[in-house]
Amino acid sequence: MRRRLDVLVCSGAACVSAHSSQVRDALAEAIAARGLGEEVRLVETGCMGPCELGPVLLVYPDGAFYIRVKPEDAAEIVDEHFLKGRPVRRLLWESPEARKLAEEHKQIPFFEKQKKIVLSNCGEIDPESLEEYIATGGYEALGRALTESTPERLIETIVASGLRGRGGAGYPTGRKWEHVARESAAEKVVVCNADEGDPGAFMDRSLLEGDPHAVIEGMEIAAYAVGASLGYVYVRAEYPLAIRRLKLAIDQARRVGLLGDNILETGFSFDLDVRIGAGAFVCGEETALIASIEGRRGIPRPRPPYPSTAGVFGRPTLINNAETWGNIRHIVLHGAEWFSSIGSPKSPGTKVFALSGKVNNTGLVEVPMGTTLRELVYDIGGGIPDGKALKAVQTGGPSGGCIPAERLDTPIDYESLQALGAIMGSGGVIVMDEDNCMVNIAKYFLEFTCDESCGQCVPCRAGTRQMLEILERIVDGRGEPEDLSHLRTLGKMVAETSLCGLGRSAPNPVLSTLKHFEEEYRTHIEERSCPAKVCTALIRYVIDAEACRACDKCRPVCPVTAIAGSPGKPPYDLDAEICVRCGRCAEVCPFDAIHIETGGPQQQIP
Amino acid sequence: MKLEELRQIRERAAKDLTLRKGDARVKVVVGMGTSGIAAGARDVMAAFLDEIGKRELTDVTITQTGERGLASSEPVVEVHVRDEPTVVYGQMTAERARRVVVDHLVNGNAVSEFAIEVRE
Repeated sequence: MRRRLDVLVCSGAACVSAHSSQVRDALAEAIAARGLGEEVRLVETGCMGPCELGPVLLVYPDGAFYIRVKPEDAAEIVDEHFLKGRPVRRLLWESPEARKLAEEHKQIPFFEKQKKIVLSNCGEIDPESLEEYIATGGYEALGRALTESTPERLIETIVASGLRGRGGAGYPTGRKWEHVARESAAEKVVVCNADEGDPGAFMDRSLLEGDPHAVIEGMEIAAYAVGASLGYVYVRAEYPLAIRRLKLAIDQARRVGLLGDNILETGFSFDLDVRIGAGAFVCGEETALIASIEGRRGIPRPRPPYPSTAGVFGRPTLINNAETWGNIRHIVLHGAEWFSSIGSPKSPGTKVFALSGKVNNTGLVEVPMGTTLRELVYDIGGGIPDGKALKAVQTGGPSGGCIPAERLDTPIDYESLQALGAIMGSGGVIVMDEDNCMVNIAKYFLEFTCDESCGQCVPCRAGTRQMLEILERIVDGRGEPEDLSHLRTLGKMVAETSLCGLGRSAPNPVLSTLKHFEEEYRTHIEERSCPAKVCTALIRYVIDAEACRACDKCRPVCPVTAIAGSPGKPPYDLDAEICVRCGRCAEVCPFDAIHIETGGPQQQIP
Repeated sequence: MKLEELRQIRERAAKDLTLRKGDARVKVVVGMGTSGIAAGARDVMAAFLDEIGKRELTDVTITQTGERGLASSEPVVEVHVRDEPTVVYGQMTAERARRVVVDHLVNGNAVSEFAIEVRE
């Protein structure tokens, strides 16, 4: 019997967290109960992108896109849509309800401005099915590389494509391949860096979860081009689903001769292993990653020698990021010219971003390089919730920097971002609005790098600590005027003298906010006030006597009994000396009578 | 596995994904409203799926729709062929469905005796 419906259930990690597996089970049950098992197929796919709206379902051939589906909706969807052909409008992306939701959130089509190359299969195929990957042209690039091309021509193609490393620094990928190919060692290694440690970044995870074969195929092509026989995928233990699907994909490929000995019966042999990291940020640095693969403690070492001459177990090693690997098969299939025609001249191709923070459509997006931050935040991201004003966009995570709202028309490419003191990074984009305190943000990221510093070299270990202490003083209302110049001097020193990329980039969040938001630092220091009303030591909660209706909602929720009063007898009184600034009272007040004030005389937090 | 075999697998597996491509030459829409189902639309749908599956017609998609208001003619089936007028068939049965597949979908001749409407 012919199938008539393919129901794609997103099983990216975000949708799984939103209980997409229960939705799938409920759908399967309802489909079976209606006897539609042969006509309707359920397919679990990788991340479809709009994580904010999950769990999401995509039904083919009609293309109906369901959002925020609950297990209890399953029977209705099966009865009405799958059986009777009437899509359940209230759950559709395009439904009046969804449109209302869209209007509320000022959503503008999430998918239209995207261009999916690396993620073309994510959310479209079953990542656990080798057949589906092959059906979309999978392993054709490998086949052509092995039978119709030569290692030299492949490297030429990658060089000509202009592809640059998607892990952050943007080193030309083809050059890396050349370096390793030039080595004459008997054994060489290729490595996929899927360590992805930036808070809020999930590009590599989504690719491995949604299209693991694409990464494998990219690595195989490179192995043939540079003469490697062994490969490792280094992925963190926090990504159990990615690890499971990757291992499954490796087994599948091995079983049919697409990996292992004598691949596609061409005489070329290459095998792949998965190495699971313990989640140390520093292990994303290539020399630390190599140490970790070898079973040693994951700490960086000075370069040279570069991994391309002496990497894993001393073998010449080619390391690329997961997203970079995901580009390879497309370049081999469609040619260097095709690839370099996409994006901007110096940064061709697309980039995958994990969009998060104060933006309506959070999720995973892929856009051509050269797209502006404004398009990313307002068109694809759907703008800022609750009508707030955008303040800054943070790219590159703890190694990156904040770009102020007035630079929103900056095109996204390696050089433009660097010129603003930020970096492309691996693709984390955090949107910040007027309620975000830039000093606090800088402190947050520095806390992260300070924690994750391996402690091997002094500038990173002690320098980031010193900077953090200054920041802690500033947000605590104990900042000194000379702190800013100290931060700049220390930041420059740490950046210039640290051993590895972690330390060299750690001051970026501080230096970039100092560059674009110095005024905000000064207000913290000189006026002991936090304009965004975030830094707890610099704010206090105040009950507006006029607005208070003595409803007695706030008093019982206060954890430290700082609020006194009796029902019906306004106003209530809030004792700032006891208050711990938790904000619960303001949250429950139905009359908006509790405000945050900043500046003026300081009150110690008990 | 050789490259040739890989390509054969792809050809086979790609048929399995035609539903997601949205470039079908023919679209068969079966009316599956309450009166359609009561009149036997499920059997008609099953017959279409079976016959199209047997004949490996990969450029055909089958979907359903709700009530069209023509209760006396249920089950109603619309056949949309690209660049051709849409033909609406009425009072369909499993046997009629199989004939529509053979005559209309495969051989390109609409079955006029079941047709109740032709739309440009």
